[in-house]
Amino acid sequence: MSALDTEEPLLVADGLTKYYGRQLGCRDASFELYEGEVMAVVGESGSGKSTLLQLLSGQIEPTSGRVLYRMRDGAATDLWSMSEPMRRFLYRTDWGFVHQDPQRGLRMGVSAGGNVGERLMAVGWRNYADIRGVATDWLGRVEIPEDRIDDTPRTYSGGMRQRLQIARNLVTSPRLIFMDEPTGGLDVSVQARLLDLLRRIVSEMRLAAIVVTHDLAVARLLSNRIMVMKGGTVIESGLTDQVLDDPHEPYTQLLVSSILPA
Amino acid sequence: MTAPAYNFAYLDEQTKRMIRRAILKAIAIPGYQVPFASREMPMPYGWGTGGVQVTAAILGPNDVLKVIDQGSDDTTNAVSIRKFFVKTAGVKTTTTTTEATVIQTRHRIPETPLGDHQVLVYQVPIPEPLRFLEPRETETRRMHALSEYGLMHVKLYEDISRHGHIATAYAYPVKVDDRYVMDPSPIPKFDNPKMNDCPALQLFGAGREKRIYAIPPYTQVVSLDFEDHPFEPYRHDASCELCGATDSYLDEVITDDRGTRMFVCSDTDYCGTRRAMGHGTAAEDTEAAHDDR
Repeated sequence: MSALDTEEPLLVADGLTKYYGRQLGCRDASFELYEGEVMAVVGESGSGKSTLLQLLSGQIEPTSGRVLYRMRDGAATDLWSMSEPMRRFLYRTDWGFVHQDPQRGLRMGVSAGGNVGERLMAVGWRNYADIRGVATDWLGRVEIPEDRIDDTPRTYSGGMRQRLQIARNLVTSPRLIFMDEPTGGLDVSVQARLLDLLRRIVSEMRLAAIVVTHDLAVARLLSNRIMVMKGGTVIESGLTDQVLDDPHEPYTQLLVSSILPA
Repeated sequence: MTAPAYNFAYLDEQTKRMIRRAILKAIAIPGYQVPFASREMPMPYGWGTGGVQVTAAILGPNDVLKVIDQGSDDTTNAVSIRKFFVKTAGVKTTTTTTEATVIQTRHRIPETPLGDHQVLVYQVPIPEPLRFLEPRETETRRMHALSEYGLMHVKLYEDISRHGHIATAYAYPVKVDDRYVMDPSPIPKFDNPKMNDCPALQLFGAGREKRIYAIPPYTQVVSLDFEDHPFEPYRHDASCELCGATDSYLDEVITDDRGTRMFVCSDTDYCGTRRAMGHGTAAEDTEAAHDDR
Protein backbone atom coordinates (compact mmCIF):
# COMPACT_ATOMS: atom_id res chain seq x y z
CA MET A 1 0.00 0.00 0.00
CA SER A 2 1.44 3.36 -0.99
CA ALA A 3 2.02 6.19 1.44
CA LEU A 4 -0.74 8.17 -0.25
CA ASP A 5 -3.29 5.57 0.71
CA THR A 6 -2.71 6.05 4.37
CA GLU A 7 -2.34 9.83 4.27
CA GLU A 8 -5.65 10.62 2.62
CA PRO A 9 -8.73 9.99 4.71
CA LEU A 10 -11.09 7.31 3.46
CA LEU A 11 -14.22 9.13 4.49
CA VAL A 12 -14.73 12.80 5.26
CA ALA A 13 -17.87 14.16 6.88
CA ASP A 14 -18.16 17.87 6.39
CA GLY A 15 -20.76 19.81 8.37
CA LEU A 16 -23.40 17.09 8.12
CA THR A 17 -26.80 18.38 9.17
CA LYS A 18 -30.16 16.72 8.90
CA TYR A 19 -33.52 18.15 9.80
CA TYR A 20 -36.64 16.03 9.71
CA GLY A 21 -38.96 18.90 8.93
CA ARG A 22 -38.42 21.20 11.94
CA GLN A 23 -37.07 18.37 14.02
CA LEU A 24 -33.31 18.23 14.30
CA GLY A 25 -31.76 14.87 13.53
CA CYS A 26 -28.11 15.71 13.56
CA ARG A 27 -26.22 19.02 13.44
CA ASP A 28 -22.88 19.95 11.94
CA ALA A 29 -21.00 16.67 12.28
CA SER A 30 -17.51 16.82 10.83
CA PHE A 31 -14.72 14.28 11.07
CA GLU A 32 -12.29 12.24 9.04
CA LEU A 33 -11.91 8.49 9.01
CA TYR A 34 -8.74 6.80 7.81
CA GLU A 35 -8.21 3.34 6.45
CA GLY A 36 -8.06 0.67 9.14
CA GLU A 37 -9.51 2.98 11.74
CA VAL A 38 -12.51 2.13 13.89
CA MET A 39 -14.68 4.95 15.11
CA ALA A 40 -17.39 4.50 17.72
CA VAL A 41 -20.41 6.77 17.96
CA VAL A 42 -21.98 6.65 21.40
CA GLY A 43 -24.87 8.42 23.03
CA GLU A 44 -28.30 7.78 24.46
CA SER A 45 -31.22 6.88 22.23
CA GLY A 46 -32.53 9.85 20.30
CA SER A 47 -29.14 11.52 20.30
CA GLY A 48 -28.77 11.31 16.51
CA LYS A 49 -26.43 8.31 16.26
CA SER A 50 -28.52 6.42 13.77
CA THR A 51 -29.25 9.55 11.74
CA LEU A 52 -25.53 10.17 11.50
CA LEU A 53 -24.92 6.58 10.39
CA GLN A 54 -27.59 6.81 7.72
CA LEU A 55 -26.14 10.11 6.50
CA LEU A 56 -22.67 8.65 6.28
CA SER A 57 -23.80 5.52 4.46
CA GLY A 58 -25.77 7.50 1.91
CA GLN A 59 -29.17 6.19 2.92
CA ILE A 60 -30.61 9.61 3.60
CA GLU A 61 -29.63 12.88 1.98
CA PRO A 62 -28.25 15.55 4.32
CA THR A 63 -30.06 18.88 4.64
CA SER A 64 -26.64 20.50 4.37
CA GLY A 65 -23.05 19.37 4.45
CA ARG A 66 -21.50 16.55 2.48
CA VAL A 67 -19.81 13.17 2.70
CA LEU A 68 -16.66 12.55 0.69
CA TYR A 69 -15.55 8.99 0.08
CA ARG A 70 -12.20 8.09 -1.43
CA MET A 71 -12.90 5.59 -4.19
CA ARG A 72 -10.49 2.78 -5.08
CA ASP A 73 -8.97 4.96 -7.79
CA GLY A 74 -7.99 7.48 -5.10
CA ALA A 75 -10.47 10.24 -6.01
CA ALA A 76 -12.51 11.65 -3.13
CA THR A 77 -16.09 11.79 -4.37
CA ASP A 78 -19.16 13.44 -2.89
CA LEU A 79 -21.75 10.72 -2.20
CA TRP A 80 -24.67 12.76 -3.45
CA SER A 81 -22.98 13.90 -6.64
CA MET A 82 -22.56 10.24 -7.59
CA SER A 83 -25.15 8.57 -9.78
CA GLU A 84 -27.56 6.27 -8.00
CA PRO A 85 -26.25 3.08 -9.68
CA MET A 86 -22.75 4.08 -8.57
CA ARG A 87 -23.88 4.63 -5.01
CA ARG A 88 -25.72 1.32 -4.94
CA PHE A 89 -22.68 -0.41 -6.41
CA LEU A 90 -20.51 1.07 -3.68
CA TYR A 91 -22.99 -0.12 -1.11
CA ARG A 92 -22.78 -3.67 -2.43
CA THR A 93 -19.05 -3.91 -2.90
CA ASP A 94 -16.84 -1.42 -1.10
CA TRP A 95 -19.08 -1.02 1.92
CA GLY A 96 -20.83 -3.21 4.39
CA PHE A 97 -23.73 -2.49 6.69
CA VAL A 98 -24.38 -4.63 9.75
CA HIS A 99 -27.86 -4.02 11.11
CA GLN A 100 -28.78 -4.39 14.74
CA ASP A 101 -31.58 -6.71 13.69
CA PRO A 102 -30.15 -9.49 11.50
CA GLN A 103 -33.57 -9.96 9.90
CA ARG A 104 -33.08 -6.64 8.14
CA GLY A 105 -29.63 -7.48 6.89
CA LEU A 106 -30.26 -11.08 5.83
CA ARG A 107 -32.63 -12.82 3.48
CA MET A 108 -34.33 -15.07 5.98
CA GLY A 109 -35.76 -17.45 3.38
CA VAL A 110 -32.46 -17.99 1.59
CA SER A 111 -29.79 -20.43 2.79
CA ALA A 112 -26.66 -19.18 4.53
CA GLY A 113 -24.60 -19.95 1.43
CA GLY A 114 -26.98 -17.95 -0.74
CA ASN A 115 -26.89 -15.07 1.71
CA VAL A 116 -23.11 -14.91 1.62
CA GLY A 117 -22.98 -15.50 -2.13
CA GLU A 118 -25.51 -12.81 -3.05
CA ARG A 119 -22.98 -10.00 -3.26
CA LEU A 120 -20.66 -12.12 -5.36
CA MET A 121 -23.44 -12.93 -7.80
CA ALA A 122 -24.40 -9.25 -7.85
CA VAL A 123 -20.92 -8.33 -9.09
CA GLY A 124 -21.04 -10.98 -11.78
CA TRP A 125 -19.79 -14.26 -10.33
CA ARG A 126 -21.38 -17.04 -12.36
CA ASN A 127 -19.58 -20.16 -11.20
CA TYR A 128 -21.49 -22.15 -8.60
CA ALA A 129 -18.49 -24.04 -7.26
CA ASP A 130 -16.47 -20.84 -6.81
CA ILE A 131 -19.31 -19.04 -5.05
CA ARG A 132 -19.87 -21.98 -2.76
CA GLY A 133 -16.17 -22.26 -2.04
CA VAL A 134 -15.93 -18.63 -0.96
CA ALA A 135 -19.13 -18.90 1.06
CA THR A 136 -17.82 -21.98 2.88
CA ASP A 137 -14.56 -20.20 3.61
CA TRP A 138 -16.39 -17.19 5.03
CA LEU A 139 -18.69 -19.27 7.19
CA GLY A 140 -15.56 -20.84 8.65
CA ARG A 141 -14.06 -17.43 9.33
CA VAL A 142 -17.12 -16.35 11.31
CA GLU A 143 -17.21 -19.67 13.16
CA ILE A 144 -20.35 -21.12 11.63
CA PRO A 145 -20.11 -24.90 11.12
CA GLU A 146 -19.72 -25.82 7.46
CA ASP A 147 -22.61 -28.28 7.54
CA ARG A 148 -25.04 -25.43 8.27
CA ILE A 149 -24.38 -23.80 4.88
CA ASP A 150 -27.65 -24.95 3.34
CA ASP A 151 -29.80 -24.02 6.34
CA THR A 152 -31.72 -20.76 6.33
CA PRO A 153 -30.97 -18.12 8.97
CA ARG A 154 -34.39 -18.88 10.44
CA THR A 155 -32.85 -21.98 11.98
CA TYR A 156 -29.90 -20.00 13.39
CA SER A 157 -29.48 -18.58 16.86
CA GLY A 158 -29.23 -14.80 17.33
CA GLY A 159 -25.44 -14.85 17.60
CA MET A 160 -25.08 -17.01 14.50
CA ARG A 161 -27.39 -14.74 12.54
CA GLN A 162 -25.28 -11.75 13.47
CA ARG A 163 -22.08 -13.57 12.45
CA LEU A 164 -23.70 -14.62 9.18
CA GLN A 165 -24.63 -11.00 8.54
CA ILE A 166 -21.02 -10.04 9.03
CA ALA A 167 -19.82 -12.74 6.61
CA ARG A 168 -22.37 -11.62 4.03
CA ASN A 169 -21.07 -8.07 4.23
CA LEU A 170 -17.38 -8.88 4.19
CA VAL A 171 -17.34 -11.34 1.29
CA THR A 172 -16.54 -8.67 -1.30
CA SER A 173 -13.63 -7.38 0.86
CA PRO A 174 -15.11 -3.96 1.54
CA ARG A 175 -12.94 -1.16 2.85
CA LEU A 176 -15.54 0.41 5.09
CA ILE A 177 -18.17 -1.17 7.25
CA PHE A 178 -21.03 0.48 9.13
CA MET A 179 -22.36 -1.24 12.22
CA ASP A 180 -25.55 -0.26 13.98
CA GLU A 181 -25.50 -1.75 17.50
CA PRO A 182 -23.90 -4.99 16.29
CA THR A 183 -24.20 -6.62 19.70
CA GLY A 184 -27.67 -5.36 20.57
CA GLY A 185 -30.07 -8.04 21.77
CA LEU A 186 -27.41 -10.69 22.31
CA ASP A 187 -26.58 -12.21 25.67
CA VAL A 188 -23.29 -11.34 27.30
CA SER A 189 -21.23 -14.41 26.43
CA VAL A 190 -22.38 -14.29 22.82
CA GLN A 191 -21.58 -10.58 22.75
CA ALA A 192 -18.06 -11.24 23.94
CA ARG A 193 -17.50 -13.85 21.24
CA LEU A 194 -18.87 -11.58 18.54
CA LEU A 195 -16.70 -8.67 19.68
CA ASP A 196 -13.65 -10.93 19.62
CA LEU A 197 -14.48 -11.97 16.11
CA LEU A 198 -15.11 -8.42 14.94
CA ARG A 199 -11.85 -7.21 16.45
CA ARG A 200 -9.90 -9.97 14.74
CA ILE A 201 -11.51 -9.47 11.34
CA VAL A 202 -11.23 -5.69 11.45
CA SER A 203 -7.53 -5.85 12.14
CA GLU A 204 -6.88 -8.72 9.69
CA MET A 205 -8.63 -6.96 6.81
CA ARG A 206 -7.51 -3.45 7.80
CA LEU A 207 -11.17 -2.45 7.71
CA ALA A 208 -12.33 1.00 8.52
CA ALA A 209 -15.47 0.86 10.58
CA ILE A 210 -18.04 3.15 12.09
CA VAL A 211 -19.79 1.51 15.01
CA VAL A 212 -22.89 3.01 16.54
CA THR A 213 -23.50 1.75 20.03
CA HIS A 214 -24.87 2.78 23.36
CA ASP A 215 -22.60 0.29 25.07
CA LEU A 216 -19.37 1.94 26.18
CA ALA A 217 -17.72 -1.44 26.70
CA VAL A 218 -18.22 -2.22 23.02
CA ALA A 219 -16.77 1.14 22.09
CA ARG A 220 -13.74 0.58 24.30
CA LEU A 221 -13.09 -2.89 22.90
CA LEU A 222 -13.51 -2.15 19.24
CA SER A 223 -12.72 1.45 18.51
CA ASN A 224 -9.66 3.65 18.18
CA ARG A 225 -11.61 6.86 18.28
CA ILE A 226 -14.93 7.83 19.76
CA MET A 227 -17.57 10.49 19.26
CA VAL A 228 -20.11 11.26 21.96
CA MET A 229 -23.44 12.59 20.74
CA LYS A 230 -26.21 14.32 22.59
CA GLY A 231 -29.29 16.05 21.23
CA GLY A 232 -28.12 15.75 17.63
CA THR A 233 -24.68 17.24 18.11
CA VAL A 234 -21.25 15.79 18.70
CA ILE A 235 -20.26 17.07 22.13
CA GLU A 236 -16.93 15.33 22.58
CA SER A 237 -14.56 13.32 20.43
CA GLY A 238 -11.05 11.94 20.62
CA LEU A 239 -9.11 8.76 21.24
CA THR A 240 -11.31 6.18 22.88
CA ASP A 241 -9.16 5.60 25.95
CA GLN A 242 -8.67 9.30 26.48
CA VAL A 243 -12.32 10.16 26.28
CA LEU A 244 -13.49 7.27 28.39
CA ASP A 245 -10.76 7.60 31.04
CA ASP A 246 -10.75 11.36 31.22
CA PRO A 247 -14.09 12.70 30.01
CA HIS A 248 -14.35 16.48 29.86
CA GLU A 249 -18.01 17.12 29.13
CA PRO A 250 -20.43 16.67 32.02
CA TYR A 251 -22.65 14.45 29.90
CA THR A 252 -19.75 12.16 29.01
CA GLN A 253 -18.75 12.02 32.66
CA LEU A 254 -22.28 10.98 33.49
CA LEU A 255 -22.25 8.35 30.77
CA VAL A 256 -18.94 6.89 31.92
CA SER A 257 -19.88 6.91 35.57
CA SER A 258 -23.19 5.22 34.88
CA ILE A 259 -21.50 1.96 33.95
CA LEU A 260 -21.99 -0.58 36.69
CA PRO A 261 -18.67 -1.65 38.16
CA ALA A 262 -17.77 -5.15 37.09
CA MET B 1 -73.36 10.13 -27.04
CA THR B 2 -74.64 6.85 -28.27
CA ALA B 3 -72.05 4.14 -27.92
CA PRO B 4 -72.69 1.10 -30.06
CA ALA B 5 -73.80 -1.89 -28.06
CA TYR B 6 -71.37 -4.09 -29.90
CA ASN B 7 -67.78 -3.69 -30.99
CA PHE B 8 -65.51 -6.06 -32.86
CA ALA B 9 -63.53 -8.29 -30.45
CA TYR B 10 -65.37 -7.17 -27.30
CA LEU B 11 -63.18 -4.20 -26.27
CA ASP B 12 -64.09 -0.69 -27.42
CA GLU B 13 -61.73 1.05 -29.81
CA GLN B 14 -60.29 3.48 -27.24
CA THR B 15 -59.33 0.60 -24.98
CA LYS B 16 -57.74 -1.22 -27.88
CA ARG B 17 -55.72 1.88 -28.75
CA MET B 18 -54.51 2.13 -25.16
CA ILE B 19 -53.46 -1.54 -25.20
CA ARG B 20 -51.79 -1.17 -28.60
CA ARG B 21 -49.78 1.77 -27.31
CA ALA B 22 -48.57 -0.41 -24.43
CA ILE B 23 -47.76 -3.20 -26.90
CA LEU B 24 -45.76 -0.84 -29.12
CA LYS B 25 -43.80 0.39 -26.15
CA ALA B 26 -43.19 -3.20 -25.03
CA ILE B 27 -41.87 -4.11 -28.47
CA ALA B 28 -39.61 -1.06 -28.46
CA ILE B 29 -38.08 -2.12 -25.11
CA PRO B 30 -37.79 -5.91 -25.31
CA GLY B 31 -38.49 -7.61 -21.98
CA TYR B 32 -39.58 -4.43 -20.19
CA GLN B 33 -42.89 -4.65 -18.32
CA VAL B 34 -45.17 -1.87 -19.53
CA PRO B 35 -48.03 -0.96 -17.17
CA PHE B 36 -51.43 -0.72 -18.83
CA ALA B 37 -54.97 -0.03 -17.70
CA SER B 38 -56.17 -3.62 -17.63
CA ARG B 39 -59.96 -3.96 -17.99
CA GLU B 40 -62.44 -6.22 -16.33
CA MET B 41 -63.07 -9.10 -18.69
CA PRO B 42 -66.03 -11.49 -18.63
CA MET B 43 -63.89 -14.21 -17.07
CA PRO B 44 -62.06 -14.53 -13.77
CA TYR B 45 -58.48 -13.40 -13.21
CA GLY B 46 -56.17 -16.32 -13.74
CA TRP B 47 -58.11 -17.50 -16.77
CA GLY B 48 -56.11 -15.42 -19.19
CA THR B 49 -57.60 -11.94 -18.93
CA GLY B 50 -54.26 -10.40 -19.89
CA GLY B 51 -53.82 -12.62 -22.92
CA VAL B 52 -57.41 -12.06 -24.01
CA GLN B 53 -57.01 -8.28 -23.90
CA VAL B 54 -53.81 -8.42 -25.94
CA THR B 55 -55.46 -10.75 -28.46
CA ALA B 56 -58.54 -8.51 -28.67
CA ALA B 57 -56.34 -5.47 -29.33
CA ILE B 58 -54.36 -7.05 -32.18
CA LEU B 59 -57.04 -9.20 -33.78
CA GLY B 60 -58.25 -8.20 -37.26
CA PRO B 61 -61.23 -9.60 -39.22
CA ASN B 62 -58.91 -11.64 -41.47
CA ASP B 63 -56.90 -13.22 -38.66
CA VAL B 64 -57.05 -16.93 -37.96
CA LEU B 65 -57.01 -17.65 -34.25
CA LYS B 66 -55.68 -20.67 -32.41
CA VAL B 67 -55.96 -20.98 -28.63
CA ILE B 68 -54.02 -23.54 -26.62
CA ASP B 69 -53.88 -24.40 -22.97
CA GLN B 70 -50.95 -26.57 -21.85
CA GLY B 71 -50.42 -27.34 -25.54
CA SER B 72 -53.93 -28.63 -26.00
CA ASP B 73 -56.66 -27.14 -28.20
CA ASP B 74 -59.52 -28.83 -26.41
CA THR B 75 -59.23 -28.05 -22.69
CA THR B 76 -61.74 -25.81 -20.95
CA ASN B 77 -59.64 -22.66 -21.00
CA ALA B 78 -58.75 -22.98 -24.69
CA VAL B 79 -62.27 -23.88 -25.76
CA SER B 80 -63.93 -21.03 -23.88
CA ILE B 81 -61.49 -18.36 -25.04
CA ARG B 82 -61.83 -19.60 -28.63
CA LYS B 83 -65.62 -19.48 -28.31
CA PHE B 84 -65.38 -16.00 -26.83
CA PHE B 85 -63.62 -14.66 -29.92
CA VAL B 86 -65.84 -16.57 -32.31
CA LYS B 87 -68.80 -14.88 -30.66
CA THR B 88 -67.37 -11.36 -30.29
CA ALA B 89 -65.18 -11.10 -33.38
CA GLY B 90 -66.47 -13.80 -35.70
CA VAL B 91 -62.92 -14.63 -36.77
CA LYS B 92 -61.89 -17.94 -38.28
CA THR B 93 -60.38 -20.32 -35.78
CA THR B 94 -58.14 -23.29 -36.25
CA THR B 95 -56.32 -25.92 -34.28
CA THR B 96 -53.55 -26.19 -36.85
CA THR B 97 -50.47 -24.24 -35.79
CA THR B 98 -49.32 -23.48 -39.32
CA GLU B 99 -52.68 -21.98 -40.35
CA ALA B 100 -52.99 -19.60 -37.43
CA THR B 101 -51.92 -15.96 -37.54
CA VAL B 102 -52.60 -15.28 -33.86
CA ILE B 103 -51.98 -17.98 -31.26
CA GLN B 104 -53.00 -17.35 -27.69
CA THR B 105 -51.28 -19.74 -25.33
CA ARG B 106 -51.16 -20.75 -21.74
CA HIS B 107 -48.09 -22.66 -20.49
CA ARG B 108 -46.69 -23.87 -23.84
CA ILE B 109 -45.07 -22.84 -27.10
CA PRO B 110 -46.23 -24.99 -30.07
CA GLU B 111 -43.78 -27.65 -31.23
CA THR B 112 -44.14 -26.63 -34.87
CA PRO B 113 -41.69 -23.76 -35.49
CA LEU B 114 -43.48 -20.42 -35.85
CA GLY B 115 -43.15 -18.12 -38.83
CA ASP B 116 -42.77 -14.35 -39.16
CA HIS B 117 -46.46 -13.96 -40.08
CA GLN B 118 -47.54 -15.22 -36.68
CA VAL B 119 -48.05 -13.62 -33.27
CA LEU B 120 -47.84 -15.65 -30.09
CA VAL B 121 -49.81 -14.21 -27.14
CA TYR B 122 -48.97 -15.56 -23.70
CA GLN B 123 -51.21 -15.49 -20.65
CA VAL B 124 -49.11 -14.40 -17.69
CA PRO B 125 -50.06 -14.84 -14.02
CA ILE B 126 -47.07 -13.12 -12.39
CA PRO B 127 -44.97 -10.97 -14.70
CA GLU B 128 -42.29 -10.02 -12.18
CA PRO B 129 -39.45 -12.57 -12.13
CA LEU B 130 -37.99 -11.04 -8.97
CA ARG B 131 -41.28 -11.06 -7.05
CA PHE B 132 -40.69 -13.96 -4.69
CA LEU B 133 -37.20 -12.74 -3.87
CA GLU B 134 -38.01 -9.07 -3.41
CA PRO B 135 -41.56 -8.26 -2.35
CA ARG B 136 -41.33 -4.47 -2.84
CA GLU B 137 -42.52 -3.29 -6.25
CA THR B 138 -40.57 -0.01 -5.93
CA GLU B 139 -37.41 -2.01 -5.34
CA THR B 140 -37.91 -4.51 -8.18
CA ARG B 141 -38.54 -1.66 -10.63
CA ARG B 142 -35.34 0.00 -9.50
CA MET B 143 -33.48 -3.29 -9.85
CA HIS B 144 -34.72 -3.61 -13.43
CA ALA B 145 -33.81 -0.02 -14.18
CA LEU B 146 -30.27 -0.50 -12.93
CA SER B 147 -29.94 -4.10 -14.21
CA GLU B 148 -29.21 -5.38 -10.72
CA TYR B 149 -29.95 -9.00 -11.36
CA GLY B 150 -27.67 -10.74 -8.85
CA LEU B 151 -30.74 -11.79 -6.91
CA MET B 152 -32.03 -13.91 -9.79
CA HIS B 153 -28.91 -16.02 -9.51
CA VAL B 154 -29.44 -16.37 -5.77
CA LYS B 155 -32.64 -18.22 -6.66
CA LEU B 156 -30.77 -20.56 -8.99
CA TYR B 157 -28.04 -20.98 -6.37
CA GLU B 158 -30.68 -22.06 -3.86
CA ASP B 159 -31.98 -24.61 -6.34
CA ILE B 160 -28.58 -26.19 -6.79
CA SER B 161 -27.77 -26.19 -3.08
CA ARG B 162 -31.08 -27.89 -2.29
CA HIS B 163 -31.50 -30.26 -5.21
CA GLY B 164 -28.04 -30.61 -6.72
CA HIS B 165 -29.18 -29.09 -10.00
CA ILE B 166 -31.30 -26.16 -11.16
CA ALA B 167 -34.70 -27.55 -10.26
CA THR B 168 -36.75 -24.67 -11.66
CA ALA B 169 -38.71 -26.49 -14.35
CA TYR B 170 -41.12 -23.81 -15.53
CA ALA B 171 -41.20 -19.99 -15.61
CA TYR B 172 -37.44 -20.25 -15.96
CA PRO B 173 -35.98 -16.71 -15.98
CA VAL B 174 -34.47 -15.40 -19.20
CA LYS B 175 -32.51 -12.33 -20.22
CA VAL B 176 -33.93 -10.59 -23.27
CA ASP B 177 -31.69 -8.76 -25.71
CA ASP B 178 -28.92 -8.71 -23.08
CA ARG B 179 -30.83 -6.20 -20.95
CA TYR B 180 -34.04 -7.12 -19.09
CA VAL B 181 -34.56 -10.26 -17.06
CA MET B 182 -38.01 -11.58 -17.88
CA ASP B 183 -40.42 -14.21 -16.64
CA PRO B 184 -41.44 -16.22 -19.72
CA SER B 185 -44.78 -17.11 -18.03
CA PRO B 186 -45.14 -20.66 -16.72
CA ILE B 187 -43.97 -22.45 -19.84
CA PRO B 188 -41.76 -25.51 -19.22
CA LYS B 189 -38.08 -24.71 -19.53
CA PHE B 190 -38.12 -27.17 -22.44
CA ASP B 191 -39.71 -24.34 -24.43
CA ASN B 192 -37.21 -21.64 -23.45
CA PRO B 193 -34.86 -22.19 -26.41
CA LYS B 194 -37.81 -21.69 -28.79
CA MET B 195 -38.11 -18.04 -27.68
CA ASN B 196 -34.60 -17.25 -28.82
CA ASP B 197 -34.33 -15.76 -32.31
CA CYS B 198 -37.98 -16.65 -32.96
CA PRO B 199 -39.39 -15.23 -36.23
CA ALA B 200 -42.81 -14.68 -34.64
CA LEU B 201 -43.71 -11.70 -32.45
CA GLN B 202 -44.22 -12.79 -28.84
CA LEU B 203 -46.53 -10.73 -26.62
CA PHE B 204 -47.16 -11.29 -22.92
CA GLY B 205 -50.26 -10.04 -21.12
CA ALA B 206 -50.84 -10.08 -17.38
CA GLY B 207 -54.38 -8.93 -16.62
CA ARG B 208 -54.47 -8.89 -12.85
CA GLU B 209 -50.97 -7.43 -12.56
CA LYS B 210 -51.67 -4.94 -15.39
CA ARG B 211 -48.46 -5.49 -17.34
CA ILE B 212 -47.65 -6.12 -20.99
CA TYR B 213 -44.23 -7.13 -22.27
CA ALA B 214 -42.88 -8.44 -25.53
CA ILE B 215 -40.10 -10.18 -27.40
CA PRO B 216 -39.82 -8.74 -30.92
CA PRO B 217 -39.04 -11.17 -33.77
CA TYR B 218 -35.46 -12.41 -34.02
CA THR B 219 -34.47 -11.24 -30.54
CA GLN B 220 -31.83 -12.92 -28.42
CA VAL B 221 -33.32 -14.68 -25.39
CA VAL B 222 -30.88 -16.37 -23.02
CA SER B 223 -31.85 -18.60 -20.10
CA LEU B 224 -29.91 -17.70 -16.96
CA ASP B 225 -27.50 -20.29 -15.55
CA PHE B 226 -24.13 -20.91 -13.92
CA GLU B 227 -20.94 -21.73 -15.82
CA ASP B 228 -20.67 -25.09 -14.06
CA HIS B 229 -24.43 -25.72 -14.04
CA PRO B 230 -25.53 -24.77 -17.55
CA PHE B 231 -29.16 -24.42 -18.58
CA GLU B 232 -30.66 -27.70 -19.73
CA PRO B 233 -34.13 -28.10 -21.20
CA TYR B 234 -35.97 -30.95 -19.55
CA ARG B 235 -38.20 -33.58 -21.06
CA HIS B 236 -39.29 -37.01 -19.88
CA ASP B 237 -36.98 -39.75 -21.12
CA ALA B 238 -39.61 -41.40 -23.28
CA SER B 239 -41.34 -41.14 -26.62
CA CYS B 240 -44.97 -40.21 -27.23
CA GLU B 241 -47.08 -43.37 -27.05
CA LEU B 242 -49.48 -42.06 -29.65
CA CYS B 243 -47.23 -40.63 -32.34
CA GLY B 244 -43.81 -41.90 -31.30
CA ALA B 245 -42.24 -38.42 -31.23
CA THR B 246 -38.95 -38.26 -29.37
CA ASP B 247 -38.46 -34.51 -29.66
CA SER B 248 -41.68 -33.13 -28.20
CA TYR B 249 -42.63 -32.12 -24.68
CA LEU B 250 -44.51 -34.96 -23.02
CA ASP B 251 -47.41 -35.05 -20.60
CA GLU B 252 -47.53 -37.90 -18.13
CA VAL B 253 -51.04 -39.33 -18.07
CA ILE B 254 -52.20 -41.71 -15.36
CA THR B 255 -54.47 -44.25 -17.04
CA ASP B 256 -55.84 -46.27 -14.13
CA ASP B 257 -55.69 -46.46 -10.35
CA ARG B 258 -52.92 -49.08 -10.34
CA GLY B 259 -50.20 -46.62 -11.34
CA THR B 260 -50.19 -47.35 -15.05
CA ARG B 261 -49.14 -44.30 -16.97
CA MET B 262 -48.40 -43.20 -20.47
CA PHE B 263 -46.48 -40.35 -22.02
CA VAL B 264 -48.12 -38.33 -24.77
CA CYS B 265 -47.28 -35.11 -26.59
CA SER B 266 -48.69 -32.11 -24.74
CA ASP B 267 -49.08 -30.34 -28.10
CA THR B 268 -52.22 -32.01 -29.46
CA ASP B 269 -51.94 -30.46 -32.92
CA TYR B 270 -48.35 -31.67 -33.32
CA CYS B 271 -49.29 -35.17 -32.16
CA GLY B 272 -52.38 -35.36 -34.37
CA THR B 273 -50.51 -34.14 -37.45
CA ARG B 274 -47.83 -36.75 -36.95
CA ARG B 275 -50.37 -39.52 -36.53
CA ALA B 276 -52.19 -38.40 -39.67
CA MET B 277 -48.87 -38.75 -41.46
CA GLY B 278 -48.65 -42.36 -40.28
CA HIS B 279 -46.17 -42.00 -37.43
CA GLY B 280 -46.49 -43.88 -34.18
CA THR B 281 -47.72 -47.23 -33.06
CA ALA B 282 -51.24 -48.49 -33.59
CA ALA B 283 -53.59 -48.28 -30.63
CA GLU B 284 -53.70 -52.07 -30.17
CA ASP B 285 -49.93 -52.25 -29.78
CA THR B 286 -50.11 -49.65 -27.05
CA GLU B 287 -52.71 -51.71 -25.23
CA ALA B 288 -50.51 -54.80 -25.56
CA ALA B 289 -47.58 -52.91 -24.13
CA HIS B 290 -49.66 -52.04 -21.09
CA ASP B 291 -50.67 -55.66 -20.54
CA ASP B 292 -47.04 -56.74 -20.51
CA ARG B 293 -46.31 -54.66 -17.45
